Amino acid sequence: MNRRLGWALAAPATIGVVLFLISPVAATIATTFAEPKGFLAPYIAYFASGFRRAVLVRTLEIAVITTVISVAIGFLAAYVIAQAPRRAKGLLIICAVFPLLTGVVVRSFAWLIILGKNGIFNSILLATGIIHQPLSMLYSEGAVIVAMVYLFVPLMILTLVGVLESIPDDLIQASVSLGAKPAATLFQVILPLATPGLIVGAVLVFTGSFTSYATPQLLGGDSQMMMGTLLYQQAMVTFDWVSASTIAAIMVVLTIGIVFFMTRLARRLNPMAA
Amino acid sequence: MRTNPLLIAFTALVMVFLVAPLVIVIGSSLSDTSFLTFPPRGLTLKWFANVFEVDAFRTTMLTSFELGVFGTGLSLLVGIPAAYALNRFRIELPKWLSSVFVLPVLVPEIVLGFSLMKSLTIGLSMPYFTAMLIGHAILVLPYAVRVVGASLAAFDFSIEDAAISLGSPPLKTFFTVVLPNIRSGVIAAFILAFITSINDVSVSLFLTGPGISTLPIQILAYMDQFFDPTVAAVSALLMLVTVVVMAGVEATLGLTFLTK
Repeated sequence: MNRRLGWALAAPATIGVVLFLISPVAATIATTFAEPKGFLAPYIAYFASGFRRAVLVRTLEIAVITTVISVAIGFLAAYVIAQAPRRAKGLLIICAVFPLLTGVVVRSFAWLIILGKNGIFNSILLATGIIHQPLSMLYSEGAVIVAMVYLFVPLMILTLVGVLESIPDDLIQASVSLGAKPAATLFQVILPLATPGLIVGAVLVFTGSFTSYATPQLLGGDSQMMMGTLLYQQAMVTFDWVSASTIAAIMVVLTIGIVFFMTRLARRLNPMAA
Repeated sequence: MRTNPLLIAFTALVMVFLVAPLVIVIGSSLSDTSFLTFPPRGLTLKWFANVFEVDAFRTTMLTSFELGVFGTGLSLLVGIPAAYALNRFRIELPKWLSSVFVLPVLVPEIVLGFSLMKSLTIGLSMPYFTAMLIGHAILVLPYAVRVVGASLAAFDFSIEDAAISLGSPPLKTFFTVVLPNIRSGVIAAFILAFITSINDVSVSLFLTGPGISTLPIQILAYMDQFFDPTVAAVSALLMLVTVVVMAGVEATLGLTFLTK
């Protein structure tokens, strides 16, 4: 009786996911294996192309760099915020939440203004006479990374403030009273305890930047194509759906693979679990 | 323990890094130039007026709002019963069922959008708005199931049993006993889902059609052709939405709930 009722209540949402997520995505992946040119032919074609290999490598590179920088900045800022007095903490959290809730298009667009020919960097450099011609900073890997770090630091801060606040104060007090220097406490007590949370945050940043579209579209252009922009281009500009589906399949496998691997790792590295 | 002054200075810089770009967007929306620049040269509100003069901005604003409200509504409509079942009948239901609702987070949004286009708008010739509504509902379903689920996990179901054993009908019990107790979870789920929906690019990207689009997609399309401060003005208006949402969060749950 309860079993039936449970299934009945969960059915609409479950059917929704099966019909509108699992089936369409499975169909996309399936088309890449049903090619008349031979088994795995679309994948062989993908990796045979130097350009497409470069896109995959660039995407992984940007995602890794963005993750490392965001985790480092997020951890240090969250450490300070978690210790801040109530009022300052409220203000600091507002500073992080505001960009977080603002859309990705708006936040990427902001960097388009900052790094553009008439942007604030060029204005300052021109006014001080360091340069005489505006620099072109857009459409570079650096521009994409800066904007992505900007995108993910708030997420990292908010994830880690929660994690750091849940660390029992006794452990920190114990470390301090036993004579550990603040840096030692930070890196030998707090950091290991925060590692599972850091990994969870890092996974969010990595998958988010690995699969992003709007940021590389606006700040990278055609010269800094990433997997997301390449997928769009193959699907909607060149109408090569098999190629687009192949990119989709590679993205799904890599994303899910990394999430599984990292959550396993987070569980193993949790010093509070043993 | 005193915090290292260097770390405090670093954090202050991080805060400037987080807030300054948005201030720059607002500043450049006021510039009396036909191109985007900061600091603004001359002050004008004409770009805000221009936002409402461009038909595409007006219509897509409405579409985004409708998708946000109805997509979130739809996901809560199916998500709350699912979250309830997963908590109430934890033992009776298989373990893997709850992981089904993690899938929308795991599958890259852009892959979902592309796949929905192939199967719905092209495969089934489904109207664009319906397909987008479904896409957005799937996208935000994890919020409905997991955030409401977190509230339900903290709910003591013996209260519900007490009401039922005293003769209250099950459905009435849900609305008068369970729902008021998980109110904050439902509000949180609605806010997070709504914000995700109106800011979405990757799912909508493939599901727009002739004459129908969402605001973020329209902004991207506009920037392909023009580089005037209109987009900065739209962005400033969108930030106003963020402020309203934040005030709503602060009034109902407190902003610190986002660190949980």
